[in-house]
Amino acid sequence: MQDLTKALVELIRRTSSDLPSDAEVALQEAREREVAGSAAQGALDTILENVAMARRDSTPICQDTGTPIFYVKHPVGWSTRALKEQIRAAIAEATEQTYLRPNAVDSISGVNSGDNLGDEAFPTIHFDEIEGDELFVELMLKGGGCENVGAQYALPNNRLGAGRDLEGVRAVVLDAVYNAQGKGCAPGVLGVAIGGDRGSSYARSKEALFRPLDDTQNDPDLAMMEDRLTKEANQLGIGPMGFGGETTVLGVKLEGMHRLPASFFVSVSYMCWAHRRHRMTVHGDEISYE
Amino acid sequence: MKNISLPITDDVIRSLQVGDSVLLSGIMITGRDTVHKWMIDTYIKKKRAPEGDDQEVYEAISPILEGGAIYHCGPVVAGLDSGKYRFTAAGPTTSIREEPYQGDVMHHFRIKAVIGKGGMGAKTLKACAEVPGVYLHAIGGAASLIAKSVQSVIAVHKLDFGVPEAMWVIEVKDFPAVVTMDSHGGSLHEEVEKHSSAQLSTLLTP
Repeated sequence: MQDLTKALVELIRRTSSDLPSDAEVALQEAREREVAGSAAQGALDTILENVAMARRDSTPICQDTGTPIFYVKHPVGWSTRALKEQIRAAIAEATEQTYLRPNAVDSISGVNSGDNLGDEAFPTIHFDEIEGDELFVELMLKGGGCENVGAQYALPNNRLGAGRDLEGVRAVVLDAVYNAQGKGCAPGVLGVAIGGDRGSSYARSKEALFRPLDDTQNDPDLAMMEDRLTKEANQLGIGPMGFGGETTVLGVKLEGMHRLPASFFVSVSYMCWAHRRHRMTVHGDEISYE
Repeated sequence: MKNISLPITDDVIRSLQVGDSVLLSGIMITGRDTVHKWMIDTYIKKKRAPEGDDQEVYEAISPILEGGAIYHCGPVVAGLDSGKYRFTAAGPTTSIREEPYQGDVMHHFRIKAVIGKGGMGAKTLKACAEVPGVYLHAIGGAASLIAKSVQSVIAVHKLDFGVPEAMWVIEVKDFPAVVTMDSHGGSLHEEVEKHSSAQLSTLLTP
C-alpha cells in the first residue's frame, strides 16, 4: 500500500491556505452588492485581499484552522488503519509547518496536545468503501467560531410556530441565522440536515457543506427552499461580519434523511466565509487535487 | 481612516464613534478564554492565590494594558522551537465568550481598547462608557493580512496555556479595525440585532 502522508500534508496546506473558487466568486459577487464605502463592503475587501495573500504566501486563511474533518472513499483492498495513521502523521507534520494551529485541547485537563492529535475523534475521519479503483480524500477545516453558532431543533417548535414540514424547517433555519448574527463570520454557508437522530443529523449537515455552492438539489422542493432561504436569510440584514448589509449567507444546502416517527430534527451547521474544503484523488501513482 | 497609537488617551477614546475605521499602531497583548479566567480568578475575584510565575506575569503585562489594548486572538506562530517567534496567521476570535469578564478586566487594568469579532454585550458597553474604552472589530478570518501588521513578537507569557491561549506581546503597525462599540453608549451590534429581529418577525408572520 502507498504511503500518502506527504500527499496528505499537501492537501492540508491547500485547504488551509487556498480558498476554493466557488467561495471566492460568491464573496466577489457579494462585494458588488454592498453599498460603496460601507463597513460591509470594507469587510469584504479585506476578506478578498486576505484570501489572495494567504494563497500567495501559503499561510492559513484563518488562524483558527479548526477541526480537520476527513472523508476517505477508498476502493477495496486499502487498510483504513494504515490510512488513519498516515492522516494523523500528516496532521502533526502540517502543524509543525504552521499550516495548522495546534487545536486539540483535552477537555478534562485543559492541556493542548501541541500537535493537533487528540482522541479518536480528533481529527475526525470517516471511511467509506466504494466501487472503482480511485481513492478520494476530502478535507474540511471548520473553525470554532462558526461551529459554536450551529444549532439543532426538534420539531414542532412552539416558540417559532414551526411544524413538522418544510415551512417549519424554514422557520428554524432563519432563527438559527438570526441567533448567529455576525459571530460565525458572516457571510456564511448553511448545511442543513432534515431528519436522522441527533448524531447522524449533525454529521449529514456537515457533509452538505462539501457540495459546490452553485449546484442544485435533486429534489425540486428542497431546491426551491434552498433558494428561498438564501434570499430570506439575506433579508435579515445582518451582513458581512454582522456590520449590517446585503449578504448574510452565501448559500444554503438542505439534505433530507429518514427519521423515527417520534423525532423530527433539523440540524444547522454554519460554515464561515472561509469555506475551506478540498479533495485529493489517488489513481495509481497519480495524485491530483481539486 | 483614523490612525491611533497605543497607549490611547481618554480624549482620543471619546472622539471615536461607531463606524469609524482605525489603524492601530504600538504594543498590545493577546488574551482570550483562559487568560480572562486567569485574570478574574487570580487578581480580580481572588478565588485563588498567585502561584508559580503568576505575579511576575501580572507585573509584566499591567503597564502594557494600562491605557492599552487586549486582542481576542489565538494566533498561528512559527519559530516555536527556536524561540524566534513570528505570527503567520492572527485574526480575531469571537469576543462574546469574554462578556462575563471583560468589563471587570477593563476596569482593573484600565484597558482602553478591546479588539475581537462579533461584538460584546451590555456589561462591556457599560465599561466602555466608564473606563472609557472602545470595542474594535477586526475582520474575522482575515488572518494572513492581519499577521502582516504584526511587526514583531516581543514576549510570550503563559505559553503553558497552549499557543492559542497564551498572552503574546506584539508590536503592530496599521492594524485595521472598525469601531463597533464606543464610549458614548453606541453599539452597531445592538442596532443590527434589533433590525434583524424585526425582519425575522416579518418573515415568520403567516
